Amino acid sequence: MQEIQSLMGGFAVAMSWFNLALMLAGVSLGVLIGVLPGLGGANGVAILLPLTFTMSQQPGGATSAIILLSCIYWGALFGGAITSILFNIPGEPWSVATTFDGYPLAQKGRAGAALTAAFTSSFIGALVAVILITFISPIIARFALRFGPPEFFSVYLLTFSAFVGMAKGAPFKTIAAMMTGFALAAVGIDTVTGQLRLTFEIPALLKGFDFLIAVIGLFGIGEILLTIEEGLEFKGAKAKLNMRVVLETWKELPRYWKTSIRSSAVGCLMGIVPGGATPASFMSYGLAKRMSRDGEEFGTGKVEGVVAPETAAHAAGTSALLPMLTLGVPGSPTAAVLLGGLLIWGLQPGPLLFVEKADFVWGLIASMYLGNIVGLIVVLTCVPLFASILRIPFAIIAPVILVICAIGAYTVHNSMFDVWLMLVFGVLGYVFKKLDYPMAPLVLALVLGDRAEDSFRQSMLGSQGDMGIFFANPLVGTITSAALLLLFWPLISRAIAIARGRNGRGG
Amino acid sequence: MEEGKSVASMRAAELVMAGVFLAFGALVMWDSKRLGSAWADDGPQAGYFPFYIGLFIVVASAANIFRALNLGEKGRAAFVEWGQLKMVLSVMLPTCVYVALIANPWFSLGIYLASALFIAYFMWRLGKYGPAKIVPVALGVVVFFFLMFEIWFKVPLPKGPIEAALGFN
Repeated sequence: MQEIQSLMGGFAVAMSWFNLALMLAGVSLGVLIGVLPGLGGANGVAILLPLTFTMSQQPGGATSAIILLSCIYWGALFGGAITSILFNIPGEPWSVATTFDGYPLAQKGRAGAALTAAFTSSFIGALVAVILITFISPIIARFALRFGPPEFFSVYLLTFSAFVGMAKGAPFKTIAAMMTGFALAAVGIDTVTGQLRLTFEIPALLKGFDFLIAVIGLFGIGEILLTIEEGLEFKGAKAKLNMRVVLETWKELPRYWKTSIRSSAVGCLMGIVPGGATPASFMSYGLAKRMSRDGEEFGTGKVEGVVAPETAAHAAGTSALLPMLTLGVPGSPTAAVLLGGLLIWGLQPGPLLFVEKADFVWGLIASMYLGNIVGLIVVLTCVPLFASILRIPFAIIAPVILVICAIGAYTVHNSMFDVWLMLVFGVLGYVFKKLDYPMAPLVLALVLGDRAEDSFRQSMLGSQGDMGIFFANPLVGTITSAALLLLFWPLISRAIAIARGRNGRGG
Repeated sequence: MEEGKSVASMRAAELVMAGVFLAFGALVMWDSKRLGSAWADDGPQAGYFPFYIGLFIVVASAANIFRALNLGEKGRAAFVEWGQLKMVLSVMLPTCVYVALIANPWFSLGIYLASALFIAYFMWRLGKYGPAKIVPVALGVVVFFFLMFEIWFKVPLPKGPIEAALGFN
């Protein structure tokens, strides 16, 4: 029960007026970001990260900074549901499954019920995941204290193999995108030998590529270009959300307790694996459709069809922070940006964080509870306000977002070269989206590249170049085997399908 | 040009993209070879890890090229239609001009003036708004950003002649 004690200490840190005000500001800003096209959790947090430089210098400032940024993330998760339900535009990939029943509900004039169900189940999913983080993460962190370079490298391998194994697109596209991220991470001065790598005597490349620039370009500019291509005009359902509708929906929700529990479990499990939020939402929707009594009516506007994906997506989005905090391995691009924040504030993510910066970690965990409560209140009371933002014409919104992206890219290193780089990444993001290349693996490889390489080199040094070190003990062997299984999963699953197909035809 | 006409097929786009990746991977391998990608007395050389990264990119791109050649019917679909490309360029080109205006080797408008001009141009060209709407929106947004970055968060952004005339630098 040491965790409860630590958590109480965390609440004492998080419960200051200043921090509560930051939560409110963060969540509101986050919902705004989630609603606007071209701004999502990842690039929204990336753009605001430089603003926390001065804040984190003060005593206890790092905790306030992470509270602000993580609350932006919670807000963005909530905001995604608003656009999915009212406008049939999923703000984030994991909101796609929410449109299946959310938008039909809105068309039937039950937008209020759909929104209430979405927000409430998001809250429940997040809550379950936070409880999981509270009790599991200290155990994992303690366990990971024994990790050496080979164990860390095998965890990185597992992370990246998961992208290949779980991607719904072509596995070779995932590999190409991911390896490009690693290659970009290698640009600049090699930390071990001091040699210049891949700089080709261009001075601007000496300091390498910052993943924050890539995030802002890929997710921000790329998204704007895709939106403009559609010549988009927002045609949304009216959002009315009064207390009566909220209470009526809340009365209905306990009926779906089975779906809630199942979706939370799916979300938490998948969220720990990188890139898990999107498959978690689809999987949970599919399971609910199969198991529910009125599964056949799914897709025509059932409240349960909103509950399932939203619970899972939020549980996954929240539990993605678990490996980030305990191992220093982010599970999603947004978690990666938060990890970048920790590094900038001078904190080393990983198992030692729980020992050395306990008040920071527990302050963050406590703020997850509070932030989600604040978030639920904000979204339930302010939906019409946020929905009205989507009615601002694109010709006004688009240039403002482009300006915000440019400012965001500039402030990372006060460099104009970075702004040009952001534009290049923007075009790349547009082409990636059109050709179905995944962006998350590129971003994560760019973040983790240096550390993955360091742990690989150190392992190789230890074993004098023998790859057997990754199977040297049961722990590292298990992780490596799991990674290889995931890596070759596309091949294995195809083989299983062929074998089954033959049996099916034979019998 | 017809609006709905395809500029490039899916197959062509896939091939070009995979080709770019292939070239990039080869470049990474070449540079790693130059640095030394083998095993030295004191452990792996600087190009050891990137060499294999480059190799993976080349192999994956080759597989993607093979896949693109066998796309069949799907490969003939339009990657981008002429009308769509025009829309994308109508955003991309002004944005490039905007970034060039903020700072370049010859002069600097500063980020605030350039932003105001950019928003105004966008609203005028794509939104067909009149000055009565353009001026307050463009100025309002820029003044808000100025207060937020320079005053509240004390994050200095590139400034130009206007800010200098007002006494900020």
